[in-house]
Amino acid sequence: MIFGLRDVMAVIPEAIVAGAACLLLLVDFLIAKKRKIIVAALSIAAVAAAAFFSLYLVGTDVMWKKVFAGMFVVDGFSTFFKFVLYLATVLSMMLSFHYVKEEDINTGEYYTLMLFSLSGMMIAASASDLLSIYVAVELMSIPVYVLVGFLQKDARSNEAAMKYVILGAFSSGVLLYGISFIYGITGTTELSAVAGALADPSMHTPALSIAIIMLVAGFGFKIAGVPFHMWAPDAYEGAPTPITGFMSAGPKAAACAAVLRVFTEGLQPAYSRWVVIVAIVAVLSLVYGNIVAIAQKNIKRMLAYSSIGHVGYALLGLVAGGTEGASSVMYYMAVYAFMNLGAFSIIIMMRKGEQKGEMIEDYTGLAKTRGGMALLMLIFMFSLAGLPPTAGFIGKFYIFMALIHKGMVGLAVIAVLMSAVGAYFYIRIVMLMYMKDPVNPVETASSRGLYYALAIAAAGTILLGVYPGYFIKLAQMAGGSL
Amino acid sequence: MERLFFLIFASVAVVSALCVVLFRNPVRSALALMLCLLQVACVFVLLRSPFLAVVQVFVYVGAVMVLFLFVVMILDIRQAELEAFFPPRNRWLMYAIIPVITFEFLLVILGTSFEGFGPGAGGETKVEVIGRALFTEYLLPFEVVSVLLLVAMVGAIVMAKKRWD
Repeated sequence: MIFGLRDVMAVIPEAIVAGAACLLLLVDFLIAKKRKIIVAALSIAAVAAAAFFSLYLVGTDVMWKKVFAGMFVVDGFSTFFKFVLYLATVLSMMLSFHYVKEEDINTGEYYTLMLFSLSGMMIAASASDLLSIYVAVELMSIPVYVLVGFLQKDARSNEAAMKYVILGAFSSGVLLYGISFIYGITGTTELSAVAGALADPSMHTPALSIAIIMLVAGFGFKIAGVPFHMWAPDAYEGAPTPITGFMSAGPKAAACAAVLRVFTEGLQPAYSRWVVIVAIVAVLSLVYGNIVAIAQKNIKRMLAYSSIGHVGYALLGLVAGGTEGASSVMYYMAVYAFMNLGAFSIIIMMRKGEQKGEMIEDYTGLAKTRGGMALLMLIFMFSLAGLPPTAGFIGKFYIFMALIHKGMVGLAVIAVLMSAVGAYFYIRIVMLMYMKDPVNPVETASSRGLYYALAIAAAGTILLGVYPGYFIKLAQMAGGSL
Repeated sequence: MERLFFLIFASVAVVSALCVVLFRNPVRSALALMLCLLQVACVFVLLRSPFLAVVQVFVYVGAVMVLFLFVVMILDIRQAELEAFFPPRNRWLMYAIIPVITFEFLLVILGTSFEGFGPGAGGETKVEVIGRALFTEYLLPFEVVSVLLLVAMVGAIVMAKKRWD
């Protein structure tokens, strides 16, 4: 087996990101502590170069064909997800400029670890073999474990990293065990070959069910679906806030991409076996995430539970299946990256000096003192709640339509009910900001990176809500390649 | 004959694995884990994978376990401190779950015919074959793992380095 130019071409974007991260580890030594923003700028440039090559590959004959002996594929699906991942990474880096100075964690490794994680996420979105998916998911998670524990002085951050790494290692074990069962049953790990082998009904033994349960549990940990979510609230609360945003938009989207590919490509012949299990995880995530979020006082914790709820919506798209289901999940992940990182940039803005800005009550009367900021927060909260005309509404609507077209009206009703419950705690923040008088004077951070990130997030949230047609068509075209 | 050897190795492996969990002294647990890994290496020999068996002994029994023992000895974990992490109220839940899972696995094992499970007999497992597979069929995951190891190293240094005064 000889590898040609096509194989190398296909991984150029990943190679740029991973290579730049390796180089930046060295460049970091030459840069004084005050100027670490140069590392960040170079990282963003590397992501831009990777994005350029991803775009370039769209027209070439490298697309749609499996390379590296069936391990990797560049298709519309992976390219769409890669752009969501580029966006999430660049926005999180821009959110970090101010925050790392405030918390005194201004090091070069902070940005290089994000780049390494991005390279893992990109491979996870493109991998078409259970083995490469597994190593890619690991490459994506390990830098995040470190980033979660970056606030060495903060006990919460250390605890969060500890919990995350132990549960993450455990879940990787479960995932690998499931993969070994699939290999045992079908004799292959390549997804289309797995699907070919499973087309034979005599393969549908109880061992296959065990394999599916293990895969759902392993991936469930990575995307924080109930009942595999227990690490998420602590990790989200303890992590540096830009990393919390990064985790909820980047690795989660990449893991969703891997889940979609594994279940809709590899395990499609066993649809009737996994659909119930995935639906149970989806409904539990919806109910638990949205109801427990109501009781939270810390806004990062609240958004952690809300992200558990949002995983529920994404999994419902997987349950619906087909091109429509897949593209609804893709659209939702893009929307979620914009609106969630937007909400996190407001939280980061509230972090200044002694003021942590993490409690929900800190937002009381914000509209009186910081009108623009409150308005942006209102847009993000409305979008997370799923109110028109924001992007969150279109995202949810599209998933519900996919469910209804498949005749799963019951699931759609549960999802609508739970998004009504969810609206309560998002709109409570809007109420606090607009209907009450300020108690304490608030200070806000001003940083160019934050302003740009906010502008991009707000523009995306509104654009995807007001003018969704083009982007939905893009997601449909990309989702059709699964 | 082979069956007999398999039964010996497998039963010793299971018993030593149980010991890992049941011993109260962490050093004893580590030694029991070493025994368990050695038995697994023996099973690899029976499966005609001598290379894997050797790697298992070198890497796990040799390197990883020694590291384990060092950490256990350096940290001086006392029993009382360890027990704080195993609250008894969860123990009963554990006792309830174990029979359920055992029953489930028995059901799976009895309900599945393991005919043709795995890649089939007769596959060569010489070092050359493994090496060729790593650099052809599995080149991409192999390269990803190399980045992964670098990241793990960088991450460990970042976590261990004290960044404030």
